[in-house]
Amino acid sequence: MSWRGGTGVAALATVSVLALLRVLSVEAAEHVQPATAGGGQASTAGEDFPRPPSDPAAVARGKQVFSVNCSFCHGSDARGGEGGPNLLRSPIVLNDRNGEAIYAVMLAGRVDKGMPKFNLTLDNAADIAAYVHSIPIGRGAREAFDPKSIVVGDATAGRAYFYGKGHCSQCHSLQGDFAHIGSRFDPKTLQDNIVSGAAATMLGAPLPTAPPRTVTITLPSGEVIQGNLISIDDFNLSLTDAAGNRRTLPREGDRPRVEIKNPMQAHLDMLRNWEDRDIHNLTAFLVKQQ
Amino acid sequence: MMFGAFRPARCAVLAVGLLGVFAGTTAAGTAGPAAAAPPGAPATDSWPTYSGDYSGQRFSPLIQINRANVKNLTLAWTARLAGGADSGGGGPFAPPSPPTIVGGEAAEAVVTGGVFSSAAPISVRGAILQVNGVLYVSAPDNAWAVDARTGTVIWHYYWKTKGGTHTANKGMGLYGDWLFMETADDYLVSLDARTGEERWHKETASFSEQFFSEAAPIVIGRHVLVGAGNDSDAAGALRSFDPETGDLQWTLHTVPMKEGDPALGSWPSLDAARHGGGNVWVTGSYDPETHLYIFGTGNPTPAYVPRGRDGDNLYTCTLVAVDVETGKMAWHYQTSPHDTHDWDSAQTPVIVDADFDGKPRKLVLQATRNGHFFVLDRVTGEHLLTSRFAKWGKWVKELNQSGQPIRDPAKDASVGGSLVSLDGWTNWPPPSFNPQTGLFYLRDLESYGLLYYTEKDPRGAMGLGGVARGGQVSLGSIVEAIDYRTGKVVWERSFGPGQGLVGMLGTGMLSTAGGLLFTADSGDNFVAFDARNGTPLWHSRLHGVSNAAETYTLDDRQYVIVAAGDTVYAFYLYE
Repeated sequence: MSWRGGTGVAALATVSVLALLRVLSVEAAEHVQPATAGGGQASTAGEDFPRPPSDPAAVARGKQVFSVNCSFCHGSDARGGEGGPNLLRSPIVLNDRNGEAIYAVMLAGRVDKGMPKFNLTLDNAADIAAYVHSIPIGRGAREAFDPKSIVVGDATAGRAYFYGKGHCSQCHSLQGDFAHIGSRFDPKTLQDNIVSGAAATMLGAPLPTAPPRTVTITLPSGEVIQGNLISIDDFNLSLTDAAGNRRTLPREGDRPRVEIKNPMQAHLDMLRNWEDRDIHNLTAFLVKQQ
Repeated sequence: MMFGAFRPARCAVLAVGLLGVFAGTTAAGTAGPAAAAPPGAPATDSWPTYSGDYSGQRFSPLIQINRANVKNLTLAWTARLAGGADSGGGGPFAPPSPPTIVGGEAAEAVVTGGVFSSAAPISVRGAILQVNGVLYVSAPDNAWAVDARTGTVIWHYYWKTKGGTHTANKGMGLYGDWLFMETADDYLVSLDARTGEERWHKETASFSEQFFSEAAPIVIGRHVLVGAGNDSDAAGALRSFDPETGDLQWTLHTVPMKEGDPALGSWPSLDAARHGGGNVWVTGSYDPETHLYIFGTGNPTPAYVPRGRDGDNLYTCTLVAVDVETGKMAWHYQTSPHDTHDWDSAQTPVIVDADFDGKPRKLVLQATRNGHFFVLDRVTGEHLLTSRFAKWGKWVKELNQSGQPIRDPAKDASVGGSLVSLDGWTNWPPPSFNPQTGLFYLRDLESYGLLYYTEKDPRGAMGLGGVARGGQVSLGSIVEAIDYRTGKVVWERSFGPGQGLVGMLGTGMLSTAGGLLFTADSGDNFVAFDARNGTPLWHSRLHGVSNAAETYTLDDRQYVIVAAGDTVYAFYLYE
């Protein structure tokens, strides 16, 4: 369809791309979920599956009892270990309120599966429950990860791709817009932007700050209107014309004739064709541009 | 044309289906709409189930609105729906609205966070029921009855939630005068359709295990079928409840739960299987001739980090046929063995009686989130056809002898990042099948991004964990019309990327005997397309069209209704 109708590789405005990279970094940062502190505090606002708050003292006691009795098999973090299953996803543990279900299992053991009986009290079980329930799972549990860890490619091959098959140097220059680019962005942001052109939101739609698509409209009268495209669908086209005015024109089929140039088109055209290896190599090359 | 190839089986399905829906009306002693449709006639004057009937076709035989006159479609009314505990009595300058009936187990409604917050603005994303001139509309934690002739709100029910992921309430089920709604905090709530008063609510899944229940219950005979979603590591299940008492009738787990299960060989251990996902979060379709309810299951868990779940992981990402009376599985076909991308196969299966390879067959069609279209024999589960509707298939190593796409592990999440679709190629907004054109209409979502493997723990990850996403960019969506006999796309129409969740999910389909396909473009416009070739014939700019359109006649006028966010729009022909 016509929104993809831009052809060829238009020159990329250096300044706007850098601005975009920054915008995207900020946006990405805002969407990072902070790791939940745990500690059995009242569920933080925004948790999808809040549990009733537990007493921090009980959590501390429970951690102690757990480490002595349970962690050898179930892991010090309760996510499973030498033979014992992951307790954080155990229906018995999840559905337990104050240790009552955990207590029953501890008392009886699971002899057929190698779990002995434990001579602990209901209070011990309640503390263990408080501790295990304080360990975040689900959305709040995301671990921070090092964006530098993603560099796996070959910089020499990346250089060859940049100047050769990838045609990157048709728009980008290591002396111009990409000068010191490896020191200005972390490797993950850099690589993400190789794919997205740094012009898309979290869900993939174009950012309002994406470099403008230019549009040339030829009316049936022969009049030509040029400007920056705001939106286009089968029925309407909106643009900001050269004088800065917003204009909306009706569309019907092929009329009026519309020609769109999207400076991001080269990035979009790559999406179906990328080899992961080339993305990785490009990243390895660009992170070296300190 | 192909019309002759189709036997009028759909009418039979519909008629029996309606009997199923309303059979209990008499038993329950209430004045039911049993006369709404005589046996054998299609239910053109109501929309009594999730898909309008049991077939999942979302095809209407109505022709009053058609290719020739659809340009005269005009607004009949709008209904703007207010949610929350005190939507009624909005002050002296607000339009009159009924007081809200409040239910729920929480002392105060819990505000959840993220994209799917319980405090998000009202968005009607699911099916709207219409029976006897009343519409029953739902959104997460809210239900309304609306006069189908005027758009006036008759009652509003609000559920104070304990939490749970609030993505989209997909609609309600109806049995006589009893409505059934799932809540994100895992209750099945039954309301009196006449008043909105609560009859009862029952817990149907464990909130502590992080289930969230948003599917549209479907009523078949004296069974209310209910499913739930889960993004942790829990066992998926379809459950049947008694519409009168809410008592559990049967549970069908979609992963092996005990030793000796024939599917256990597709898992490395019983522990892995019991945490293996396969959730049932989209309403299926029902074949009254075989008493089989056919539904799709969700992804295996942990979703992206498959360490610890080697094997095909049955019955995740699988089309399953279950006997409604017994809850026993009749057959299964796995459309995505060992999924590693959170690409559920929960999408609506479509029941069709039509010729295939020159022979009349009882078929079921499904387009799944992994970008493939499947045709099976719905009586036996025999595989007949697989095709790829997605424009990109680098994640597929091969189609095996059973027609199953086998993944290339190189396209799993990787430390350096793997380019794949991060959200899958189609989602739960429903497709449509038009027996007159022989075309299956669906929304192909085309976006790409990088999936990074971030898990350092050698034991693997839980749920959706262990990965990071990045660089997502959308090429927009494509409405595709697939010839079910060949799996080939006959026509397609592309749209630019839409905004927000509506843009990410796309909107569902409605096709009619008037030769029309109703759906949204990238979200702004509600459009009637020529079902034969995709030419747009009419549109209205509603902004953010959020559900699939429906149609029915009232007072001899054909209505088309659709929602955009908190507003329901009704259209009919200008006279």
